[in-house]
Amino acid sequence: MANKFLEISQVGIDFPTNNGVYTALNDVNFSIEKGEFVSIIGHSGCGKSTVLNIIAGLYQATSGGVILEGKEVNEPGPDRAVVFQSHALMPWLSVFDNVALGVEKVFKGKKSRAEIKSWIEHNLELVKMDHAMHKMPHEISGGMKQRVGIARCLAMQPKVMLMDEPFGALDALTRANLQDSVMEIQKELNTTVVLITHDVDEAVLMSDKIVMMSNGPAAKVGELLSIDLPRPRERVALSKNEQFNFYRQQVLSFLYEKKGVVNFSVAKQENNNRARKTNEPITEEAV
Amino acid sequence: MTTQVNSNENEMSSAAKALGKMVDAFTSIDVKDVIYPFLGIIIFLFIWNVSASRIDTSLGQFPGPKQVYQQSLSLIDEHNAEQVKKAAFYERQDKRNAKKAEKNPNAVIKVRKYTGKETFFDQIFTSLKTVLFGFFIASAIAIPLGIACGLSDAVYKGMNPLIQIFKPVSPLAWLPLITMVVSALYVTDDPYFEKSFLNSALTVALCCLWPTLINTAVGVANVDKDLLNVSRVIQLPALTHVRKIILPASIPMIFTGLRLSLATGWMVLIAAEMLSQNPGLGKFVWDEFQNGSSNSLSRIMVAVVVIGLIGFALDRLILMAQRFVSWDKQAILR
Repeated sequence: MANKFLEISQVGIDFPTNNGVYTALNDVNFSIEKGEFVSIIGHSGCGKSTVLNIIAGLYQATSGGVILEGKEVNEPGPDRAVVFQSHALMPWLSVFDNVALGVEKVFKGKKSRAEIKSWIEHNLELVKMDHAMHKMPHEISGGMKQRVGIARCLAMQPKVMLMDEPFGALDALTRANLQDSVMEIQKELNTTVVLITHDVDEAVLMSDKIVMMSNGPAAKVGELLSIDLPRPRERVALSKNEQFNFYRQQVLSFLYEKKGVVNFSVAKQENNNRARKTNEPITEEAV
Repeated sequence: MTTQVNSNENEMSSAAKALGKMVDAFTSIDVKDVIYPFLGIIIFLFIWNVSASRIDTSLGQFPGPKQVYQQSLSLIDEHNAEQVKKAAFYERQDKRNAKKAEKNPNAVIKVRKYTGKETFFDQIFTSLKTVLFGFFIASAIAIPLGIACGLSDAVYKGMNPLIQIFKPVSPLAWLPLITMVVSALYVTDDPYFEKSFLNSALTVALCCLWPTLINTAVGVANVDKDLLNVSRVIQLPALTHVRKIILPASIPMIFTGLRLSLATGWMVLIAAEMLSQNPGLGKFVWDEFQNGSSNSLSRIMVAVVVIGLIGFALDRLILMAQRFVSWDKQAILR
């Protein structure tokens, strides 16, 4: 237990609402090895982004906690840098300055000015955005913005890179390109990645491990699935691969046949016991 | 040879392009943008003229556009005449002083200021100086305070009742208090500021504090949550956070506040000057009213138009400053 790299241990979180307390997560447990690529998948509203926000330290868990390399996470920090779905680039800073914002804080006093500059350039090269270094965010496309977001995250040399549906707002082709880039970079740097997604193919293609979450309220980890496919992974070749399709089918079956509900009656019972509003309808929203 | 021809052709085409651009620029001015405002003004002048001729006051007929135009010319003449007098005064003084110095090199030479009547243009200048001074004081307080209110719920909740109570207070209620406080506290033998100037400027400041304060607070409180989260993840120090994230993000709202503030300040100033006898446009209007000559109403009407034009110009000035400061050059500013 103690020697795990990143440990999410008995995490639960309550949100106050007008109708009383809403338990979004209850007893979420899983762990991540160093250099592992883990996806968290689930129906929308199941609280997968909440898990990520707790790991990032942006939310405080009501019960349980997150332990990174033996230390409990209590506040946000650059060692757990986040790639946001909305890219969240400062529109008033150039591509270079957006990346610099984090780099200057993290490497202040550790790198010289010239080193910082070349480090930023190196990271933009990594995401193939060095050509647009001095452009403003409104001058580049959505996919490019997300690349810059990833560069900003990587440049802080995080212990874990947290990605909150980073490809959600992109068109299919751009998404595929960006997925390949992220896999390449992850392999090269051996970064530990936690990816929130609702895309089954994306999860199976990119991950070493998939954490499937049950529906809320009081969502928890339904099943864990290890993806044992050799890397580098080729999306076209994999589409005919039996093993790949088996994994895919496993995830789909969890999401649709079990409707992301594991021990729903138990979960419901627990929630009733706490005299809280339940019966949130199971969303049939498209994945 | 062929290259020669090509370059000539290029020159030709670039010249033609430049010409085309000029024509485009000219034709792209929408005729409606010119004609409708012009029509609006013409109709207004007509209605003014007709109704003015039917109003008889104890100071004579209410001035129409023509009388107002004549008075504006005469105000310019008076200013020019005064300038001549002023120049003559300084010339005489210089001569006298030179003579004095010639007779006795150790003589104490005093240079006295010209103390003639302020002209309309001097009064405009005084008003501008006063309103800008008050506006800067107000902004220097309101922007930092607004940022604090936007960042901290506690500060906002603490400030909010005070803001709501003091915001609607009329400048005329503040003025006596400010006058007494200034007389009590600003005691020097050689005052840099006239008391009337300080009274007016501080009244302006007190009244134009609120729009900037409120808009800044709202702007800061509404910065995109993702951007704030980025800042939290990077762990930016508080000052860098304000400088690099909060300020640029809330610039549009801050400027909206500044524009409202300056407009309020300019309105307040005229009232404040009437009562505090600060030699600006407010005093001009008051003095003309007290004077009660047959030209008074026309002259006041000139002041009304000038006050309006300056208010408009001040607003454009802030808009220009916003264009200069804001990162968002695409924004459509109105």
